Amino acid sequence: MTDGPHDTDRRRGPPPPPPGRGFDWRAAALPSAISAASILIVFGALAWAVTSAEQWPRIRLQFFNLDAMIAAFPRVLQGFWVNIQVWLTVLVCILLWALALAILRSLRAPWCAPFRLMVVIYIDLFRGVPVLLLVLLFGFGIPALNLPGLPNSGLFWGGVAMVLSYAAYVAEIYRSGIDAVHEGQRAAAKSLGLTEWQTLRYAILPQALRNVVPALMNIVVALQKDVALLSVIGVRDAVREAQIYTATTFNYSSLIVAAGLFLLATIPMARLADYLTRRDRMRRLQMAG
Amino acid sequence: MTPPKPMIEIDEVTKYFGQKLVLDRVSLTVNRHETICLIGASGSGKSTLLRCVNRLVEHDYGTIRLDGVPNTDPSFGKTGLQRRTGIVFQSYNLFPHMNVLDNITLAPRRVHGVPRPEAEDRGRAILARFGMDGFAGSYPEQLSGGQQQRVAIARALMTRPDVLLLDEITAALDPELVGEVLSIIRGLKDEGMTMMIVTHEMAFARDCADRVAFLADGEILEIDHPERLFANSAHDRTRRFLQRITQGGRL
Ligand SMILES: Nc1ncnc2c1ncn2[C@@H]1O[C@H](COP(=O)(O)OP(=O)(O)OP(=O)(O)O)[C@@H](O)[C@H]1O
Ligand SMILES: [Mg+2]
Repeated sequence: MTDGPHDTDRRRGPPPPPPGRGFDWRAAALPSAISAASILIVFGALAWAVTSAEQWPRIRLQFFNLDAMIAAFPRVLQGFWVNIQVWLTVLVCILLWALALAILRSLRAPWCAPFRLMVVIYIDLFRGVPVLLLVLLFGFGIPALNLPGLPNSGLFWGGVAMVLSYAAYVAEIYRSGIDAVHEGQRAAAKSLGLTEWQTLRYAILPQALRNVVPALMNIVVALQKDVALLSVIGVRDAVREAQIYTATTFNYSSLIVAAGLFLLATIPMARLADYLTRRDRMRRLQMAG
Repeated sequence: MTPPKPMIEIDEVTKYFGQKLVLDRVSLTVNRHETICLIGASGSGKSTLLRCVNRLVEHDYGTIRLDGVPNTDPSFGKTGLQRRTGIVFQSYNLFPHMNVLDNITLAPRRVHGVPRPEAEDRGRAILARFGMDGFAGSYPEQLSGGQQQRVAIARALMTRPDVLLLDEITAALDPELVGEVLSIIRGLKDEGMTMMIVTHEMAFARDCADRVAFLADGEILEIDHPERLFANSAHDRTRRFLQRITQGGRL
């Protein structure tokens, strides 16, 4: 680029890096101050509008009653611990069961046709029915049958219902990841003599799973909230505990406590999901470029 | 002189994709240690013919024999055909989540049951031969196109195949990287590897091929010694094709 007449320039070495690469406090101060001030003004005005409303004292008493919150907190927290346990258990089951479904669906050998069809029907069925309905059906219905040799708790069967339902979505996510792996990867694996199963196991799935991590993160967040559905069949989770408190005191602050706990858990996960999605997009851009 | 022994015998092979006739009764014999280059316009069926040999594509009619045995013969077992043939693709198709050494030892270890240390020794030896010794732990995305293609060739050679199938292996490379890949192929030819090579590098074909086959619309229109075919082909279509290619500055 700089040869010939510019040779003398090169001997002096490259110019210094342009200023302002690092964080320049002075340059950032004014815009930051403006954003901070405008945030204060807008949110302050909103807060003022809400709290100066005629109904505010009643609202605060019913929903943001500090005494009620403190009284309800231990039970709600205990319930929330149930949420976390159920969430993690159900999550692991969903990820594994959905993987099995996706693998069955992606096998191309002719003798796998009945299994592929079964998976298609399964996914159509369980995606088409509301989770709540399944939770009611399994959580109340199956224990009522008193089946010998099977667990009889509503929690267990409610959890099963959630696994069956969510796995239908997650299987489709896995499948989109499998389909996104380039056909040339299959050709390469096949040309090396790998069986169909080995091709999936060593060549396709590792890439597919990496592709779908961001989409799965969103499912993880959604599931964390949906575990609360189990409260309708009497599982004493955070929502249920809060409801019990509400029923005896006619004060809804306990539900706000439960909401706060859910937010505390989901917001960091949502940020993580965003971060993973962004990183994934960068990786794809780099690969394409 | 002993008569040449056929390694690949393609006999009246026909292939349809749906209603589309892609290979029309193609016959071609490749002798042991022979290098055949396949040339022809895009869509003429070159890749398909190559893929029929190792059954990435199943042909509809005719037979393909490998060392006298039809490639559909059960005696090949599940993996025998793949052990005896290696294929290299235009887009490398390395496994992006595995490092170079894992890429090339996958098939020996998982398919042919070679113990890991032995497979890795063999892998390192092949990498060293191709000037890739420092890259055993690198991932494909960290390599240049030419380096990736050298790894892909190494991967195809790991099971010591009798036949190498190469499908436009330099077509995706920057011009300055083409040479390093073609010199490897040249070396393999000198060692007596039997090869079927689809290429648009006419200079390479002229230099390296024992015979050149010109495909058009799924038929082998002409097959001849490169000097004869390039200098004065009997066929109008071949001449027109070569003219177009050379005007593109390829020769
Ligand atoms: N899997 C497939 N399904 C349907 N049609 C296909 C498939 N593979 C190839 N074809 C068609 O078969 C014909 C021959 O394709 P082939 O890839 O063998 O040509 P080619 O000579 O290798 O061309 P190129 O120089 O572009 O690689 C083309 O018309 C192509 O569209
Ligand atoms: Mg092709």
